[in-house]
Amino acid sequence: MGYQLTKTKAEQMFQKLSVTCDIFAPKLMEGEGCFSDTDIIRYGKVHSLDEIVWDKKSDYSFKEALLAINETLFYFTEDTTTVPKGPKKDILIFLRACDLHAVKRLDEIYLKNGFEDFYYARVREKAKFILMGCKETCKSGFCVSMGTNRAENYDAYLKVESDTVLLDVKCECMEQMLREAADGEEAVVCDVTPDYVTENQEKVTLPKQLSNESFGKDIWKEYGDRCIGCGRCNFVCPTCTCFTMQDIFYKDNPKAGERRRVWASCQVDGYTDMAGGLSFRKTQGERMRFKVMHKIYDYEKRFGYPMCVGCGRCDDVCPEYISYSNCINRLAKEENE
Amino acid sequence: MKNEYIPQLSTIREVIRHTDLEYTFLMEFEGDVKPGQFFEVSIPKYGEAPISVSGISEGTVDFTIRRVGKVTNEIFENYVGDQFFIRGPYGNGFEIENYKGKELVVIAGGTGLSPVKGVVDYFARHTDEAVSTTLIAGFKSPKDVLFREDFAFWKEHISVIQTVDAAPEGYEGPVGMVTKYIPDLKFNDIQNTAFICVGPPIMIKFTVMEILKLGVPEKNIWISHERKMCCGLGKCGHCKIGSTYICLDGPVFNYVDGKELLD
Repeated sequence: MGYQLTKTKAEQMFQKLSVTCDIFAPKLMEGEGCFSDTDIIRYGKVHSLDEIVWDKKSDYSFKEALLAINETLFYFTEDTTTVPKGPKKDILIFLRACDLHAVKRLDEIYLKNGFEDFYYARVREKAKFILMGCKETCKSGFCVSMGTNRAENYDAYLKVESDTVLLDVKCECMEQMLREAADGEEAVVCDVTPDYVTENQEKVTLPKQLSNESFGKDIWKEYGDRCIGCGRCNFVCPTCTCFTMQDIFYKDNPKAGERRRVWASCQVDGYTDMAGGLSFRKTQGERMRFKVMHKIYDYEKRFGYPMCVGCGRCDDVCPEYISYSNCINRLAKEENE
Repeated sequence: MKNEYIPQLSTIREVIRHTDLEYTFLMEFEGDVKPGQFFEVSIPKYGEAPISVSGISEGTVDFTIRRVGKVTNEIFENYVGDQFFIRGPYGNGFEIENYKGKELVVIAGGTGLSPVKGVVDYFARHTDEAVSTTLIAGFKSPKDVLFREDFAFWKEHISVIQTVDAAPEGYEGPVGMVTKYIPDLKFNDIQNTAFICVGPPIMIKFTVMEILKLGVPEKNIWISHERKMCCGLGKCGHCKIGSTYICLDGPVFNYVDGKELLD
């Protein structure tokens, strides 16, 4: 149901909610950018609507709110293992349409592909998604081409318009949360439709004939020569899910420690290394090919829809100015030549 | 919901030393396991490694481990009565049914024999269930030979060619790569054959080339892949080739599918 309320009232409710829930949203982290004196927009806990960055795309995706960069799976003490406690509070995550489509991709891997992941499932169960509309397109995104510019499956949509806040609430428990936060005051009911873009600056055509034959293309070598294998494209990607296991032991008590999982990148050295020295995809070109084909071909072959949601973050973050969207367009163009 | 990442403690019942680098550990385990499946074996502080099952008995599974990395080095410091953490079994494993009534040839290189050892064992104990069973096993040198006792048993029941890549002078027995012995294989009906080939990627490549030269249909060949795996659960991504997760869809593949798996 759609509601209209004053910003002041909405802010009061928001602050109440932030006590009972952990609210994650894109916020400006001053001075925390990669280079000196630069800022970064990434996900963190917020307590006020004003903390949320509404007019720019976050540099990192919402993924951190569901999957920690490094997560303790269990603690060791000699022959026993102890699993850390899961989140107690509900989690509200503010995100845009492309990112909400990415949640489906994370679910596919972590809940469905083989065994259900215990750690992801217990966070996911607590998570509700609040859609942030896009009034205009971001520079590098190509959500329209990927069909991810609109999302219907949000729990709530929220838009701040000067002194007014518009809400569309779809889930019963969110309605309940809002009622509790509203303290008996009735909100004005009205029609609310989320903003979404219908055209991007960046347009992408997916190649239709990728196969193992595509491995020999010169394009991979060309990108491989430029790529420095830093893995930033993977870390900002809302759909990348890979991790590596790590055992940590405490210096002051070597009998106790923990096993963690840490985000991993298929572009970084060591990703395929096995004990004994065998490794696969040794060149950056092969790794670029692996990543691009995974995002627009291999994943689709397995699950029936492309993995990439067209958020464009990988293009924004590449220190070598490699444009993944341009790479896809070139692959498509080569097919027509 | 079960937390698949939590390993269980398993006691080492017995240790068989094959060579300086390769030991077999008989570990306590209750549950169904198939040859070709693997476990994540771990020691706190050193991490986890995927290890194939090299033998299955009542109440135990065997892991034949080559000392090549952080985890395996540490495992070698542990002996009978000590414990490791294990979780599994994972992967599809070999289906014995696929090889029944066939002229079966198993070709293995080095520790590649471990995952397929259960299949060899089965047909050595049930010789009437296959038309014939041949094992071609290659090791680097005479001192690298694994499963000596098993070989002695197998030689009594099935046809065995146990070769070494190189041997000191005076060595009696087959010398040369496994591929050398493939052209001489004789079959009653080439259509009714089954080949299993397990070993390092380069060995699989050349072995399959030789098998195909005999006129064996691709669908009669099975291979097993090895990859880095952090989870064994289809999550961590390290073992993925194309759209295939080796940990979930493999590690055993019929060659018709397996040949499409290119890195």
